[in-house]
Amino acid sequence: MGCGTSVAIENQGRPSEVAMKAAILIQRWYRRYVARLEMRRRYTWNIFQSIEYAGEQDQLQLSSFFSFMLDNFTQLNGNGPDLISHLLDSAVDPVVDEVRQSKYEQIVVPESYSGPRLSFPLSVTDTNVLLSAFKEQQTLHAKYVLQLLHETQKFLKQMPNVIYLSSSYAKEITICGDLHGRLDDLLLIFYKNGLPSAENPYIFNGDFVDRGKKSIEIIIILFAFLLLYPDHMHLNRGNHEDHIMNLRYGFTKEVMQKYKTHGREILQLLQDVFSLLPIATIIDNKVLIVHGGISDKTDLEFLASVERQKVKSALRLPKCSLDHSEVRTSSRSSSRKSGRVRLNSPCSAGRMSHKKKKCRLTKQNSSSSSSSSSSTSSVATPRRPPPSPRLPSPTEMLQVPFLDSIVSLALPEPPREELEWRQIVDVLWSDPKIQNGCSPNSFRGGGCYFGPDVTQNLLKKHGLCLLIRSHECKQEGYELCHNGQVITIFSASNYYEEGSNRGAYIKLGPELIPRFFQYQVSRSTRKLTLQQRVSVAESSALKALQEKLFTHRSELMAFFQQYDINNTGRISINEWAQVLDTVLRLDLPWRTLRPRLVRLASDGNVEYESCFENISAGQPLPQVTPNFAETLYRYRTDLEIIFNIIDKDHSGQISIEEFRQTWKLFSAHLGVDVDDQAIVDMARNIDFNKDGSIDFNEFLEAFRVVHKLDMKEQQQG
Amino acid sequence: MAEERALAGVSEVQKKIRSAFDVFDHEQNQTVDVREIGTIIRSLGRFPTEAELHDVIAEIEEEEPAGFIRFEKFLPTMSRILMENKLRPVPEDLLLQAFEVLDQQKKGHLDPEELSRYLTQEGDPFSQEEMEEMLSAALDPEKNLIFYRDFVSMMTADEPW
Repeated sequence: MGCGTSVAIENQGRPSEVAMKAAILIQRWYRRYVARLEMRRRYTWNIFQSIEYAGEQDQLQLSSFFSFMLDNFTQLNGNGPDLISHLLDSAVDPVVDEVRQSKYEQIVVPESYSGPRLSFPLSVTDTNVLLSAFKEQQTLHAKYVLQLLHETQKFLKQMPNVIYLSSSYAKEITICGDLHGRLDDLLLIFYKNGLPSAENPYIFNGDFVDRGKKSIEIIIILFAFLLLYPDHMHLNRGNHEDHIMNLRYGFTKEVMQKYKTHGREILQLLQDVFSLLPIATIIDNKVLIVHGGISDKTDLEFLASVERQKVKSALRLPKCSLDHSEVRTSSRSSSRKSGRVRLNSPCSAGRMSHKKKKCRLTKQNSSSSSSSSSSTSSVATPRRPPPSPRLPSPTEMLQVPFLDSIVSLALPEPPREELEWRQIVDVLWSDPKIQNGCSPNSFRGGGCYFGPDVTQNLLKKHGLCLLIRSHECKQEGYELCHNGQVITIFSASNYYEEGSNRGAYIKLGPELIPRFFQYQVSRSTRKLTLQQRVSVAESSALKALQEKLFTHRSELMAFFQQYDINNTGRISINEWAQVLDTVLRLDLPWRTLRPRLVRLASDGNVEYESCFENISAGQPLPQVTPNFAETLYRYRTDLEIIFNIIDKDHSGQISIEEFRQTWKLFSAHLGVDVDDQAIVDMARNIDFNKDGSIDFNEFLEAFRVVHKLDMKEQQQG
Repeated sequence: MAEERALAGVSEVQKKIRSAFDVFDHEQNQTVDVREIGTIIRSLGRFPTEAELHDVIAEIEEEEPAGFIRFEKFLPTMSRILMENKLRPVPEDLLLQAFEVLDQQKKGHLDPEELSRYLTQEGDPFSQEEMEEMLSAALDPEKNLIFYRDFVSMMTADEPW
């Protein structure tokens, strides 16, 4: 009839029976297709998170390694690498402010420099110029960076730990979460929501740096606005505002790459500035904003009183000495031992055994033996979740035999330093959980998992109604929990991978009802379909997972072969899943992932070696046993950090002797058996110009894995 | 012997269900949001209609607190579905035929407006969002037509389960 409909219609527009059945069929199939995509998207997410948390778990290994090194320093007789002194270094030269200020003023900026030139005090011109410069990929000259940081340091010194703000009728406060060096996200927020100003106040809730490539630019912009609008721009410290974290997660590297001459000075100054950032912000005495969360020990009054700048890094556990302990005898003996008892230091990497009924009152060689024995216990089975630095509660008592009576030792109140450290670490590192209670956050190695009851108690205690925090990536950029009393806000979109998640920010008016705004930075100009987005993210996640498999190959194969008695190359799906679970300790749905990771034989069993097919070493390492190589792959990042610490002048070089000593210590700590000569030989091989020093970046580059499919793509061009 | 193998078979099925369930068990406390059940069932290779899905949910949804499904209730129900081959998958060729039925003039493509009206009003209607999402995947943007053969290939590709 010429109306051009392509769908079967009969009887006054009612579709035929057959056509209706067709519709249902299409709908059913399509929903199935979407469900599969959703499943893939979800397990991709699980993989990323799981690997990220496992990586952060490694953090504790590193910090316990530092403790281990500090304890074993004496054994090195000063021949050890300069790690120790660097860790104990005071951050900035104890130079007077005025002197430093004039020093920066004297830095000469060459005529050829076409970037922004700042003048203090800053004005709107300066921030505008910075924004456009960074959009053009320019770098701010070190002189201005140093001056900016110096001014920021002066400003932050007079700020309290907890900042109290009032909302106002005319304007809403905007609250942003983690940015992690993603300049595009910050610029997108400014574009959608306007620049910070007296009419447009902002709070940035920590984690400005690391992971992304534009951390220093973000810092510069945020600090510039901070100085420009001190009453309307507020920054909370995050767990990544921490120089040791920066060594691992990329900020240190970024600074050293962009600022070859002044990089170290900038980093030193930043160490101070980071520790001076306020810890918390409270709006109208009702809304608490901190980066991580809280614990059952969080006390806002105490938090307000701590000397926050003493806590330079969460990963430097305060050394506590227990020289003095109160000894109370249960018998009525009047003599009071002024305690020469040395107990296991509870804050070194060891598990404090509160259950010990008897202990010997001999003077233990406190730190070194206890920490080396306890580090071995965390090392011999490196699979066990590492003990988290937990402070003993003051009411626990130790029953100890002494002469004829049992003596009750009140565990000493940890020194104030430790309590302060604990308060800050809890607030910067904790995560909410669904069940009630408060448990140590062993994933992160610091802080707690806090339940709704903990939230409820704290809010009630201080008359608050809402906790806003960040610290965790959420697919939609934000998430509510604890009956709406806790909001997580995360502002780095595509955090794991293109398309992995949205970013978001909150706007809060005087009625204190949060409004959420989401966005997603898109690198590709073409809009990707859902399928494509999922595939890209999934592919990235699977690669990361395959790397994990590769770096544990020997161990995995050993277990596989135990099951494969007849040497068929196959084991059951069940056995395969169990091995992965045992070795990798990543809480992942292996059966669901199976089709993506390993091949199935015709008899329904798994051909386990096919796990490792798609991935190989970047370069051949002839003199190195597979075990050793895998260790190097696995701990590559940790080694990178350690080498960077040793390399004080950030030249990229360390001596062969330093290399050897470091490796020896690290492998001792890990419990990995490595032939000393093998290391020396390898080091000598790497020292290409035979000048006795190693370019450790080159060394580490050798331990990069390569994905074969990528290589094939590259070859095909 | 056969019984042993049968038991082993059951155990494999159960582990498979567990694995899929775990993907959505965010808190690791053996519960998932009821809105994810459809996804889980479908990703295990079943093709429930919306009505069938609601029946399953009604059977196992928790009363207190509402909105959750516990694994211990999900497992027997889902095991039964798999073992008895309920909510059977639709063979791929039927899917192509379904599109062909709608393409009465055998042009090889469909008009998005027609298809939308159809899928959002008949059978188990799509929501607006679902329809838009499908179109973004199925529509050839230059010609503004749905070449369903390609679309069917895409949807049926990569079926590991």
